[in-house]
Amino acid sequence: MKKTKTLNLNFGPQHPAAHGVLRLILKLDGEVVEEADPHIGLLHRGTEKLIEHKTYTQALPYFDRLDYVAPMNQEHAFALATEKLLKIEVPIRAKYIRVIFCEIGRILSHILNVTTQALDVGALTPSLWGFEERETLMTFYERASGSRLHANYFRTGGVHQDLPQKLLDDIGKFCQTFPKIIDDLENLLTDNRIFKQRNVDIGIVTKKDAMDHSFSGVMLRGSGIAWDLRKSQPYECYKDLDFKIPVGKNGDCYDRYLCRIEEMRESVKIIKQCLNNLPKGPIKTIDNKISPPKREDLKNSMEALIHHFKLFTEGFRVPAGNVYSAVEAPKGEFGVYLISDGSNKPYRCKIRAPGFSHLQAMDYLIKGHMLADVPAVLGSLDIVFGEVDR
Amino acid sequence: MTIKSTIELEKIVNSELASKVDSSSTNYGELLIEIKVEELINVINFLKSNDLCKFRQLIDIAGIDYPEKEKRFKLVYLFLSHENNLRIKISINFEMTQQIPSITKIFPSANWMEREVFDMYGIKFKNHPDLRRILTDYNFKGHPLRKDFPLTGFNEVRYSEKDKKVIYEPVKLEQNYRNFDFSSPWEGTKYVKEIQNKKNEKN
Repeated sequence: MKKTKTLNLNFGPQHPAAHGVLRLILKLDGEVVEEADPHIGLLHRGTEKLIEHKTYTQALPYFDRLDYVAPMNQEHAFALATEKLLKIEVPIRAKYIRVIFCEIGRILSHILNVTTQALDVGALTPSLWGFEERETLMTFYERASGSRLHANYFRTGGVHQDLPQKLLDDIGKFCQTFPKIIDDLENLLTDNRIFKQRNVDIGIVTKKDAMDHSFSGVMLRGSGIAWDLRKSQPYECYKDLDFKIPVGKNGDCYDRYLCRIEEMRESVKIIKQCLNNLPKGPIKTIDNKISPPKREDLKNSMEALIHHFKLFTEGFRVPAGNVYSAVEAPKGEFGVYLISDGSNKPYRCKIRAPGFSHLQAMDYLIKGHMLADVPAVLGSLDIVFGEVDR
Repeated sequence: MTIKSTIELEKIVNSELASKVDSSSTNYGELLIEIKVEELINVINFLKSNDLCKFRQLIDIAGIDYPEKEKRFKLVYLFLSHENNLRIKISINFEMTQQIPSITKIFPSANWMEREVFDMYGIKFKNHPDLRRILTDYNFKGHPLRKDFPLTGFNEVRYSEKDKKVIYEPVKLEQNYRNFDFSSPWEGTKYVKEIQNKKNEKN
């Protein structure tokens, strides 16, 4: 009888297919993975601790740095939680602007994921095409907020600034041309023999396991559970918008890829509707105890000057209480559990990142698969270490 | 049959778990139930398996530190029910030395969440299959999210040109972290006019 020996393999933390700083310790029997132990935390920056020491306005930019491929979706969750505690209503125009940028974030994230997943299994071209579109979308971010990635654009009570008409027109133009790019990507991948061989029936998740492992977003929908917070617990103006939720059938990597492609199409639809129906009006709450006054008012109004000073030193105070509010981020349910003690800083801010639960299931997903399937499964989980490690 | 609102849910939970619930409250449309540590497993089992409740997804476990309280730590378990489209929060309060039963048997996803709580607060879980640190560095000392842990931490790392490796040193800051207290002693959010208006309304 031949002697067999299990091999311990260190996958990462510097590995191009590890999607960042994942250290995966694999126990291999030949080429079959027996056990996977992900070591995370290499990008841990103590976001939650830092937020406890910052005012609510100062805490917001930390959310850009979580899932840095879709920054505004994260800001959204925090803004919603604070607004819930303050019991303030966001103006309708701000709601539409927020939705436009959340959907842009979704497209940003899905392009990155779909194309890098293709890259992981050997297809180079999609990433070249996809990243060009991402660049266009990030210019929209820049034109709205001043920065391509760390936008810090959402505010408690609305958004920071209004959008110029030219930007809205350009986003509209993008919505016309982008579906063609999705078609191109699909031409390359969807029926591609190699892509299918690497993804179909790999990393299958059953409905029950998806629930038990706290999956959300595409990981849940890929397994055939029709659950999307935008539909089931609608926030902002999603109630008034017409869009569909793509649902997978087999729960494998390929179905998750298909879901993401369809979601991009739906996102384009949502953006189009928002652009067509964008109402006029203020873009943040007019309550100057929460949102700063206009620049020109500072010159003439004493009260505005005091408000401005107080808001940027002390910040606003939030009534004591605890709330959980979640948004459907591109990767799944991104939630913020916010506890206020009535002061100007959060007492505790627990961030629920979808990637954390997804990566946790790595051992369950990869057991019995080949080593070469590890990047494919990891790619389809849609992991970004900013949010996993926080 | 499904439960439609948190009010209905509160009634069901209170009647079914009567003696186990310490208190329940609904704020901002969210139901928070306080229970005793000993009842944790029973209550969560009930919430997951009960035909009405069907809280089959564990969303997160959040630890909170109240250093001035006798029961210093608080854990909040967040659950979601797809069927009822409802959320529920379960909270327990306990002392520093107390061990908390792990719920990994009921929800496998609790594994990392409990590891994170252990890492951040030093709360120990009974019967946890693999209670290691998760987010902090290898050989990290202390529990960073406790309120008495300084924001700057104790150790810093740098690459040493001399030793040709990454070394750990006590934190040396050119300037200490400055925590300005901007909060005014005056109540900032009420106008005198508002208070007067309220008085007038009462009269």
